[in-house]
Amino acid sequence: MKILVAIKRVVDANVKVRVKADNSGVDLTNAKMAVNPFCEIAIEEAIRLKEKGLAEEIIAVSIGEKACQEQIRTALALGADRGIHVEAAADLQPLPVARLLQKLVEKEGIGLVILGKQSIDSDNNQVGQMLAALGGMPQGTFACKVDIADGRALVTREVDGGEQTVSLTLPAVITTDLRLNEPRYASLPNIMKAKKKQLDTVTPEELGVDISSGLKVIAVEPPPSRSAGVKVASVDELISKLKTEAKVI
Amino acid sequence: MSILVIAEHDNAALKPATLNTITAAKAIGGDIVVLVAGSNCAAVASSAAAVAGVSKVLLADHAVYANQLPENISALVVDIAGAYSHVLAPATTTGKNFMPRVAALLGVAQISDITAVKSADTFVRPIYAGNALATVQSSDAVKVVTVRGTGFEEAAKEGGSAAIETLSVVKEQHIAEFVSQQLTVSERPELTGASIVISGGRGMQNGDNFVLLEKVADKLGAAIGASRAAVDAGFVPNDMQVGQTGKIVAPDLYIAVGISGAIQHLAGMKDSKVIVAINKDEEAPIFQVADYGLVADLFQAVPELADKL
Repeated sequence: MKILVAIKRVVDANVKVRVKADNSGVDLTNAKMAVNPFCEIAIEEAIRLKEKGLAEEIIAVSIGEKACQEQIRTALALGADRGIHVEAAADLQPLPVARLLQKLVEKEGIGLVILGKQSIDSDNNQVGQMLAALGGMPQGTFACKVDIADGRALVTREVDGGEQTVSLTLPAVITTDLRLNEPRYASLPNIMKAKKKQLDTVTPEELGVDISSGLKVIAVEPPPSRSAGVKVASVDELISKLKTEAKVI
Repeated sequence: MSILVIAEHDNAALKPATLNTITAAKAIGGDIVVLVAGSNCAAVASSAAAVAGVSKVLLADHAVYANQLPENISALVVDIAGAYSHVLAPATTTGKNFMPRVAALLGVAQISDITAVKSADTFVRPIYAGNALATVQSSDAVKVVTVRGTGFEEAAKEGGSAAIETLSVVKEQHIAEFVSQQLTVSERPELTGASIVISGGRGMQNGDNFVLLEKVADKLGAAIGASRAAVDAGFVPNDMQVGQTGKIVAPDLYIAVGISGAIQHLAGMKDSKVIVAINKDEEAPIFQVADYGLVADLFQAVPELADKL
């Protein structure tokens, strides 16, 4: 089975972003960029499945500007076998992203797609589900446990009230939640080896995908700011403030 | 305009998140039709029909919809979506699961987690863990939208008398099967609907210490939450997580205990009306958003709080 892992280049999770003065977006000048944390978990899960002998090849794909090849190299250093870079604008909307991935799933004969459940920049939580729909595939979103057996994927999902387990035919789409695994670090020899692994570049035109979207971002603004309140000296003072000042208890 | 709202329920009762979504539908304006898809869920349809502002309820009652499998639900929604200008669902793990599927099958964008309606085609949604708010405009024929509950009040449960129409269409995809679920049973209010929430973080040190929070919660009728650090450390189950990737809450009172205040946690609670932070580290970022901060050892302060309330 071939596994496709889709990864996104995003601002590092520890960077506090600021909105640009002209409200056109957030300012990422010189910001540290990284593999989206949920995508790291997706890479790790694919590697574990391969280590268990359940997959022959892991293909890491990223869609965006040339710089996202850096994140593909990270995936290759961790254990993906080869990479595909779909060269496009960095801010494609989820539906065109899903359409591009669907073309790759068809072209490569993919048995399982693993993605992060959401990216920490646009916070959409859509691509995996859209890809599953476009390919007529079942989906196991927000996964915290994955087993592959008898040609099916058994996926335990984190849901609002607890956990739910579903059984899916293959090919299937899985999106990762935080507790699926703890991603490993790349070793130096593997980082060196990754530089020699195959990394192909394709364009949306070559894949025959229209990347337009019906959604337009009009403005990006900072949220209303919340100012620090007062420090109270004791539990008694806290209770009194909550009762008489805030009137919430 | 006609708006289709997909009800969130457990086949027995309508979930409050549906009521917030109906309010978002009212802000858009137009006829509001609620779809109740489930199994043996006629009681849910009756509740939906009673909600003020609902003009019609569609009931799809069949075993294939029992567990809200997204493969089946999305096929059903797409089957009827053509008659509507908007399809709305709560941005819960259920809505987030099937709505992108609906949008992709319709060939339109999906708009996630809106917190405000500017007009029938323009919405506000948080990005970057709530550190920025994006205003987005859709030119698609059908707007497929998930609604963040904390952005909208609950619609009144009574006052409506909508007709209930039965849908006989059965959409079974045969690619996914429900196996089992393990739901947390709690006497306490649900996190996302509670008016008071008390949450613990890494400072709680272990899961057993959450009993300290339970004592306060019992006195206040509060729900109990946790930071991602506490969940990742295995102190408490994941469905208690408040934050960017967990639950988003906006209670009247939020008490953060032993929580440092990482961006990802603040994303889930900073719209609370009043925030209290109890932490022994006076430099903790949580104090920058707290209305009332108490620099103290939680193992002394929290039992004292429970006693004195």
